[in-house]
Amino acid sequence: MITRSIVPDAIARQPWHMLIPLAGLVSLGAAVLYSAAGGSLQPYALSHVMRFVIFLGMAIVISRFSRDFFRMAAYPVYGAIVVLLVLVEAIGAVGGGSQRWLNLGFMTLQPSELMKPAIVLVLARFYETLPHAMTASWRGLVPAGVLIGIPALFVMIQPDLGTALAICFGGAVTMFLAGLPLSWFIGAGMTGAIAAPIAFFTLLHDYQRNRVLVFLDPESDPLGTGYHITQSKIAIGSGGFFGKGFGNGSQSHLQYLPESHTDFVFATMAEEWGMLGGLFVLFVFAVVLSWGLRVARRAPDRFSSLLAAGMAATIFFYVAINLMMVMGLAPVVGIPLPFMSHGGTSMLTNMICLGTLMAVNRWNRRPGSIS
Amino acid sequence: MKISFKRFFPQRHVSAGTLRNSFDRRSIVLGSIQGGVGVLLAARLGYLAIAQNAKYELQAESNRVNLSLIPPRRGWILDRHGTPLASNRADFRVDLIPERVQDAPHTIQTLGKLLNLTPIAMQDLEDKLERARRFAPVEVASGLDWDTFAAVSVRLPDLPGVVTQRGFSRFYPQGPSVGHLIGYVGPASAEEYEKDRDPVLITPGYKVGKDALEKFYEKDLRGKPGARRVEVTASGRIVRDLDTREDVPGKTLKLTIDADIQDYASRRIGPESAAVVVMDCQTGDILAMCSMPSFDPNSFSDGIGRLEWKMLSDDDHVPLRNKVLRGLYPPGSTVKPMVALSFMEAGLDPNESVFCGGGLRVGNRVFHCWNHRGHGQVNMAKGIYQSCDVYFYHFAQRIGMDPIAAMAGRLGLGHDFPLPVSGQSYGTVPNPAWKLKKYGKEWQTFDTVNATIGQGYFLVNPLQQVIQASRLASGRIIMPRLVHGHEQEVAPSLGIPDDHLAYVRQAMSDVANGPGSAPHARLPFPDIKLAGKTGTAQVVGLNVGSGKGGLWKHRDHGHFICFAPFDNPRFACSVVVEHGGGSGSAYPIARDVLTYVFDKQKGMDVLTELEKKWGGTPKERLEARYRTYSAQYGVGAPAVSAEEENRKLQGDDAPQDPAQPIVRDAASPAPEPDAADQPAAPAPAATPSPTPAPGNSGGNPQ
Repeated sequence: MITRSIVPDAIARQPWHMLIPLAGLVSLGAAVLYSAAGGSLQPYALSHVMRFVIFLGMAIVISRFSRDFFRMAAYPVYGAIVVLLVLVEAIGAVGGGSQRWLNLGFMTLQPSELMKPAIVLVLARFYETLPHAMTASWRGLVPAGVLIGIPALFVMIQPDLGTALAICFGGAVTMFLAGLPLSWFIGAGMTGAIAAPIAFFTLLHDYQRNRVLVFLDPESDPLGTGYHITQSKIAIGSGGFFGKGFGNGSQSHLQYLPESHTDFVFATMAEEWGMLGGLFVLFVFAVVLSWGLRVARRAPDRFSSLLAAGMAATIFFYVAINLMMVMGLAPVVGIPLPFMSHGGTSMLTNMICLGTLMAVNRWNRRPGSIS
Repeated sequence: MKISFKRFFPQRHVSAGTLRNSFDRRSIVLGSIQGGVGVLLAARLGYLAIAQNAKYELQAESNRVNLSLIPPRRGWILDRHGTPLASNRADFRVDLIPERVQDAPHTIQTLGKLLNLTPIAMQDLEDKLERARRFAPVEVASGLDWDTFAAVSVRLPDLPGVVTQRGFSRFYPQGPSVGHLIGYVGPASAEEYEKDRDPVLITPGYKVGKDALEKFYEKDLRGKPGARRVEVTASGRIVRDLDTREDVPGKTLKLTIDADIQDYASRRIGPESAAVVVMDCQTGDILAMCSMPSFDPNSFSDGIGRLEWKMLSDDDHVPLRNKVLRGLYPPGSTVKPMVALSFMEAGLDPNESVFCGGGLRVGNRVFHCWNHRGHGQVNMAKGIYQSCDVYFYHFAQRIGMDPIAAMAGRLGLGHDFPLPVSGQSYGTVPNPAWKLKKYGKEWQTFDTVNATIGQGYFLVNPLQQVIQASRLASGRIIMPRLVHGHEQEVAPSLGIPDDHLAYVRQAMSDVANGPGSAPHARLPFPDIKLAGKTGTAQVVGLNVGSGKGGLWKHRDHGHFICFAPFDNPRFACSVVVEHGGGSGSAYPIARDVLTYVFDKQKGMDVLTELEKKWGGTPKERLEARYRTYSAQYGVGAPAVSAEEENRKLQGDDAPQDPAQPIVRDAASPAPEPDAADQPAAPAPAATPSPTPAPGNSGGNPQ
């Protein structure tokens, strides 16, 4: 209570017990990027921190929006991003070849990334408005499936399997939490288990199929696609418990580790900071995600709880797939590690998720002021 | 339809409360799954970083550190006095590793410009690159000066697969003179690497012995490679040196060869196709072993170019064959001292004589003496120093072939010897049992008659000839030695009575110093006398050519075996001149070589005069010939297949070319003309001799 009197209210209200570990994680990320650039702030570390600060400001702005604004914006935002996805596809077709980016002049925008939080938002809104009695009926399933399917399809043909999976995952988690009958998920899971091999041989592109095959046996192609997994495991494994020391990672410095500043940044970190650094990363994500889940559970209404849980799940999906990939537990899909990998779009998406969580958190504190 | 539809979407009571409950439960499930994944990731992290740490640390090290071998310096090969016959020269070199080359034509073009390569050299480089296994380095150039080396070194990043190195290359100071004796070195072939998986074999700049001593003592000469550890990036760029281990040079090999005599003898052969062996006839130490013409082992070490190959294979003097070990020749009359010993051992009184009227009827054929006018009354000594064929025809029929063949074997003919060489052709000492086995025919009297004058089936090599001379000179079982340093006891006696040996030695001395067949073989010293025996071996029948002039391929081979000093033998020497036109081409060489052995200045004076006429030393003549060829053919020489090269260089065991049939039929060769005997004109090839004049003095027998 005394703190409140000294520190301005707007600052004191922020969830510092989550933000401070997160800032620690971003700092570690910056240190790793500093080392990966050969001991230089340019070009990675400085922009990484700058982006975090800017997007944190953006997240705080997001957190100031009212629940009604979120509700109102859900469908228009979703629609706008679908239009952007179509636009990207169209420009790609005209330009000849696939394209994921929209050049806005001052920055490049990847609409598929924005779709990850947007799908959670639109589904939360959908299930809020759906009469409770219909949740277990086809009317609770089919519209949601269409809402997920349209963007997922567009992203899939870009082709960007990783992002498409992230969209589906975010949507599926929201549906799961919305209370759809468990038997449907079990059924879908079984169908997926049967359909996956078929899709593997018919739907996937050659390079995607190759990545899966190489994931199953990285040593079969030590200099080709398996090279990524092998070198990443070498980097993590050679770090040991305490790591080789800051700036001493031979795998990244001698360029054996590919994408050492983006997708494989965890391997770069683990080589220099060891398992200790790895456990710290896992700890921070545990703090952030459990905070997110707590926010969701404390949320007073269906929309905010689904929104918060879905956002947390989206961040979780990034973390889980990326870490499993660098440790050789999942195939190589281009998914960066939140808050550590260098890259603007991924930072933007994750900060949107975080900002939404902070918004829900704010709503929880003042339940009276919104209804 | 309605029933099944209802089964899929069972109507339950769903309210805000149940949904809230379900959310609470399911969020806990979700949280548990997330926690579970977190634990799984932590476990995986621990497994990689702790349990498998050692494995991955090793892999990271092997990524980071690149070990490159430094080829060891090859052991030197020295002569008996310590003069190097094969040494190493520090040099700057450039190699190509085919596996890493990305744009071969561009790389070769660039290197050609940087190194000023001739079109012929570029063509050879393309050939080598095409034939090379991908891991085996190909030499581009060696012996570069610093500026050129630096010019290539700074462009290395743009030329993947090019390796520049400071290393050592093999150097043979005597050049062609030691080609056949020492052999040469070259990059290891795929077969050699398969046989010997030593990684040094595929180190750029490392050469293995390809022939003769270099090949035989490969393991001893090789040494241990040094190593350089460097830190490299994934793309192969060297970041820094970690440490370097020096190489251990190979062992030094000391030979019994005397470099001066070896060089002199090789040069004295001149333009002939000939072999000379000089031996210490008390110990068996080989002092010189020359086969000319030869190749320059220095220019072979970077591989044999098309033009070089064409030049060497076009030469009918077969420069690629070591005539000392692989050349087989009918020995002609050089066997007569040996035959005489066998006669005495069989109990023939050397004073018993026979009348030579120029020929002898054997069965229904007349076998002619080389001197068709006859030698008159001939005893054993005269039979040797005048080389009278009839004497041997006559008594050989009485003694029979077997004692002669046995004596030939005791003197070393028909044997090979334990020498560190890659192969010996040991020829034939014919006897009745051998003929029956080989041809399924009975031995005939005329076979004996032919064999006693070293014709017919008889085949020897120049090494056996010098051993025969040494054993005659010393009366002991002298074994040839090439490697210096083995102390050996005095060789055991041959078991031939001293008076027999003394008789034959005296007769051999008379060949040169008395009324013999080679008066001009006398040494230019009042106190040192040479004892020897001439030999002329027919190559084609008299119906084809006289053997003295005409087609080079049809001329007789010239032989001479000798030792000196006659009364206290120290040195033995054998000379074979292929198609020299008779022994007159051989003994001047032996005489000059032995002159050089006793008095270097006197020998050198003679050689200097001769080489002025021949156009320089063998090395200079070889280079002149190469220039002619390169002007004539340029890059037009046909490519050489690896198999053909290998066959010619390694497997050439054929004792004779098909174009040189061995004469089995005719008897003694025709008499020789005077001209061949002049020391100033020892090369009948240069001065085609006239047909023999039957009315000449007769003091010039074979």
